[in-house]
Amino acid sequence: MAGSTLFDKLWDLHAIDDLGDGTGLLLIDRILLHERTGSVALESLRDAGRPVRAPKHVFVTMDHIVDTLPGRGDATIMPTGTQFIQATRAAAQEAGLTLFDVRDPRQGIVHVISPEQGIVLPGLTLVCPDSHSCTQGALGALAWGIGSTEAEHALATSTLRVRKPRTMRVRIDGALAAGVTAKDLALHLVARLGSAGASGHHVEFAGSAVTALDIEGRLTLCNMATEMAAFSAIVAPDEKTIAYLEGRSYAPKGAAWDAAVAFWRTLATDADAVFDREHLIDAADVAPMVSWGTSPQQSVPLGAAVPGFDGDAGHGTQAAHDRALDYMAVAEGQPLGALPIDAAFIGSCTNARLSDLRRAAAILKGRHVAPGVKAICVPGSTQVKAQAEAEGLDRIFREAGFEWREAGCSMCFFAGGESFGHRQRVVTSTNRNFESRQGPETRSHLASPETVAASAIAGHLVDPREFAQ
Amino acid sequence: MSSAPFRHLTAIGVPLLRDNVDTDAIIPSREMKSVSKHGLSDGLFAGWRYTEVGGRTPDGGFILNQAGFAVGQILVSGANFGCGSSREHAAWALAEYGFRAILASSFNPIFRGNCVRNGIVPVELPQDVVAGLAAFLLEGGGTREVTVDLENNCVSCALGEWRFALEEESRQMLLEGLDAIDLTLRAQDRIAAFRDHDRVRRAWAYL
Ligand code: SF4
Repeated sequence: MAGSTLFDKLWDLHAIDDLGDGTGLLLIDRILLHERTGSVALESLRDAGRPVRAPKHVFVTMDHIVDTLPGRGDATIMPTGTQFIQATRAAAQEAGLTLFDVRDPRQGIVHVISPEQGIVLPGLTLVCPDSHSCTQGALGALAWGIGSTEAEHALATSTLRVRKPRTMRVRIDGALAAGVTAKDLALHLVARLGSAGASGHHVEFAGSAVTALDIEGRLTLCNMATEMAAFSAIVAPDEKTIAYLEGRSYAPKGAAWDAAVAFWRTLATDADAVFDREHLIDAADVAPMVSWGTSPQQSVPLGAAVPGFDGDAGHGTQAAHDRALDYMAVAEGQPLGALPIDAAFIGSCTNARLSDLRRAAAILKGRHVAPGVKAICVPGSTQVKAQAEAEGLDRIFREAGFEWREAGCSMCFFAGGESFGHRQRVVTSTNRNFESRQGPETRSHLASPETVAASAIAGHLVDPREFAQ
Repeated sequence: MSSAPFRHLTAIGVPLLRDNVDTDAIIPSREMKSVSKHGLSDGLFAGWRYTEVGGRTPDGGFILNQAGFAVGQILVSGANFGCGSSREHAAWALAEYGFRAILASSFNPIFRGNCVRNGIVPVELPQDVVAGLAAFLLEGGGTREVTVDLENNCVSCALGEWRFALEEESRQMLLEGLDAIDLTLRAQDRIAAFRDHDRVRRAWAYL
């Protein structure tokens, strides 16, 4: 009999019952909530008179709607945003949940603070009503995004009724070239596999290029699995994972830590396990990437031109391609490298961790953004912000002409508050370039933080390797 | 949210015979203003029901604004009902307005699941039946009733009687007014036993 995949092992470890029809009742170890969707679930649960089953293992943060301007409080630029913040706070307190409130030093984007605080651990199941929950699989957990009714179910029962996904392995061997990052790899994969390329599948990222990534790089890679419609993603835990977690607030300590580590070391896909689908990627094929269209799959190397439609049904339709060209105001054959930008954004659960800010700062140091470019840096968490300030990175960003913000999702998405403005062209370290994602009619170009920094200086999209110093 | 049990219901039928009624038509995103599942019925079909965007002046041409139909609890619509964004607000708005059953020739699967979770019976009937029924109801001007009998999986009215299918778990949830949480909580002992066993092998996960 063939061996098991890591996914199968984690599924079996948590499967309480087989509900038939490919659905299982799974034990849920951790639940994360944020003020945009968590408040609805908590209020509805309370109205139904149902208590939270395991409040100790539910964590709540304020990230999506909260302002990121210095000196912020509960007031928000988004109309009615304050309601979400205050309702979430009240419901979290009433249910006895751990709350990372607006002014808490542990506050930040849910997928940034969970690894940072040691909430997500290898071998756990973790859910959050947020589609980028797959990010956290980078630590070797089974972590996925759920809907609002499912969140209530998880809160009330510490279980979920889940339809079992199929399995896919994306093995990336070889080494990424100098100046090529996890974000470029993620965009390369989404472009290659398509925005539905992993639909219905749980994806394991494996291979030497993946194990070579540090934990923050793995978080960036797993973050974008949802852009291929994956159920979730995972990287098997290794010594880097263990070293990363040791000493973090919610990670086990002492004898419990030793027992956990011994268990985590057993978490891997067996050599003879069979996946439903398998992709082999050569890391040497990956170059710094940028998106040109309105779907992350519409991405190309920075040196390339806007492509024509390749006729591949996995890449949408000719009509969608044409609409993207029109929306983005770009033409087929136009070189992306010289496209002028209006704004630059470094932030989000994809790329706003300390290593991201360090690499962007290395490019910005001693330089200034081009005239007329609005440049903003929003650290992924209050802790990242404090660490960056301790290293003096904030000064580098500010001196280069970047705004330096409080932590949160900020302008990664438009919730009705702050935006870059009508038809503004933004180079951004985020994960979605959908129409109006960053504000009404904004044009978003996804890229690595290095590319965002370099483009901000140049005033147009540019390969960051030209700015390495 | 648990709902009232649904065994059978006789109520005014409301014909809205369009294909691809999407969730944004059912409840426009601009109408989803608060953190709550409640207070949505005012925004139900807002784009069609009111004369202007964001306004509250009834558009006399829309079916729910016609005497008789306004109190209907059984909606009759076309193919692919509930397509588009997966927002559960669509089911919440319909339930809060008072709809307890939707008869359509097909449903978007996510929306269909949301109906069951919120006490609305999704009834799939052949296209010609739905069309005939809609015409019959429209003719009645808001006086004609339809019966949905979930115990016997059948729909009837003065025009005739038709059987429909619904998977057993959904049917049980609706019949007993249970939601998925209730169903899961029935296995509480089993869950507790599983946790006791798991706590031994993964003590670190329970800290
Ligand atoms: S940073 Fe953006 S993608 Fe990430 S959780 Fe926030 S809004 Fe979602």
